[in-house]
Amino acid sequence: MQQKLKSTLENYAFVLPAVTIFFIFYVIPFIWVFQLGLYDWDGILPTKIFVGMDNFKEIIFQDKIWWQSMLNAGYMTAIALTFQNILAFLLALACDREIRMKNFYRLIFFIPPVLSEVVVGLVWQWILDGNYGLLNSWLAHFGMQNLVHNWLSDPQTALTAVAAVHSWKGFGWGFLLFLAGLQIIPRELYEAARVDGANAWVSFKKITLPMMVPVIIMVAILTILGTMQVFVLINTMTDGGPAYHTEVPVTRIFASMRGSSRFGYACAQGIIFGIILMALSFTQYRLSKKARN
Amino acid sequence: MRSSGYYKIKKVTINLVIHLFLIAVAVTCIFPILWMVSSSLKTQATVFRDSSLIPQVLHFENYLRAWNEGGFAVYFFNSIIYTVSVVFGIIIVSSLAAYAFSRLQFPGKNIIFYVFMAAMMIPIPGSFVVLYVLLNKLHLLNSRLGYILCLINVGLSMSIFLLKNFFDKLPRELEDAARIDGCSKLGIWWHVALPFAKPALAVVVVFNALNVWNEYMLALIIFDSKNLMPLQRALMMFRGEFLTNYPLLMAGLTITAFPIIIVYLLMQKYIVKGITSEVVSG
Repeated sequence: MQQKLKSTLENYAFVLPAVTIFFIFYVIPFIWVFQLGLYDWDGILPTKIFVGMDNFKEIIFQDKIWWQSMLNAGYMTAIALTFQNILAFLLALACDREIRMKNFYRLIFFIPPVLSEVVVGLVWQWILDGNYGLLNSWLAHFGMQNLVHNWLSDPQTALTAVAAVHSWKGFGWGFLLFLAGLQIIPRELYEAARVDGANAWVSFKKITLPMMVPVIIMVAILTILGTMQVFVLINTMTDGGPAYHTEVPVTRIFASMRGSSRFGYACAQGIIFGIILMALSFTQYRLSKKARN
Repeated sequence: MRSSGYYKIKKVTINLVIHLFLIAVAVTCIFPILWMVSSSLKTQATVFRDSSLIPQVLHFENYLRAWNEGGFAVYFFNSIIYTVSVVFGIIIVSSLAAYAFSRLQFPGKNIIFYVFMAAMMIPIPGSFVVLYVLLNKLHLLNSRLGYILCLINVGLSMSIFLLKNFFDKLPRELEDAARIDGCSKLGIWWHVALPFAKPALAVVVVFNALNVWNEYMLALIIFDSKNLMPLQRALMMFRGEFLTNYPLLMAGLTITAFPIIIVYLLMQKYIVKGITSEVVSG
């Protein structure tokens, strides 16, 4: 009996370090977010004022910039879901063929994703710079003077420019996942289809697409979660400007915390945002499942 | 009837079009990096006018200046410390836990495991706010230890998941043989399970190393002192100070990106494996 107890305790000891770290740095913050969301607190003074749902009401009914930031992130996500993922899918299809240098292409396409967002943001900020940037000097050089302008400080182009850079950095992820998905489709299926006289388009529609549905759902959900939570790229390229045009939810949460020292408010924003993210990926999952049947 | 020549030409044309498309995208991927390196070799006087990719005079002294005056020697060293400590911590902590989840019996095992897995799925976007409060209480703000512990936690779930899947494939006979030889559980973990899991450990190491090296958000929250900052955090600081000194900034960016690109080129296999593991495992 004692032997057995000792053995069980030993087994617990194996997970103890992981559970301790996880409890302190994940579980406690998780609970505190919900608790702090009900308070008005500057993060420093010991006095916390209980305000109930006031933070949530203020965010939902009064915080226009918050919802603007949500729309901005939604816009970036729409671009990522369409342009970025379609590009990734086409590239994966191209590299799934018997084609030379496909390992080389795969190697190159995944370079932007391994670079840090800070590096990517600062390099592109330099390329898009309004006065001395490379893009403008090329446009001028090739006689497109009328297109030259300040990409990142013009409200009309700032968000799209950041979204394009985000897609540039991200398409390699989708590409790799799509390619892995394409490669596990049994080749016999295609051969059988060819024997039956199906052309390339028919076998794409009848074999490739249906087999790829799980991967497509996965990439879509990862894209939504990743893009909605964009922060570093914004922080390095525009810092939310010009005039809130590139604010996203995480920059708003950060601003509530650092800028206006409203920790409770920041937590409430985090909760609302978390719920929206869960709802989005759940909806996406359900829709895709429906489309599959 | 169309001749076989027609099909040959058609095939060549299609392949050509595909290659052109792939090459265009590949160039788009690489060019900004080349431009970064190119700008880092110009001077403050030429960087705004000279739009050539290979400048006539290469000013390597920018790197020396960034390294010494810009403080990148310190930041580089910091990033190395954080990356090595976090990866080491993750390997030990997650492999112990993964081994237990895979091979040992104790009440509540499955629940604990699923909580770890749920943490991978549930986003808490505001967690950095609370992490700041927590670290403040623990007197771990602006400290190396605080940053390291937070990042160990970040990599934990994913690493446990990957390693547990691998330990599940460990043959019973290997374990039994070790047990008969008088190995304790800890001994089996160290002498049998870890060597067996080398391919998965490689994925965990490379993956987490990339994540830690590239981490910015937590470094932004945690560090005030320059001498503790990792590269990513320092770059933003640096930009604030040397506002339009692009050659120096680009040299700093190159110093930051260079190790990652090298590691990626050498360890490509493991990175791809880590990312695609979920697709392939269904």
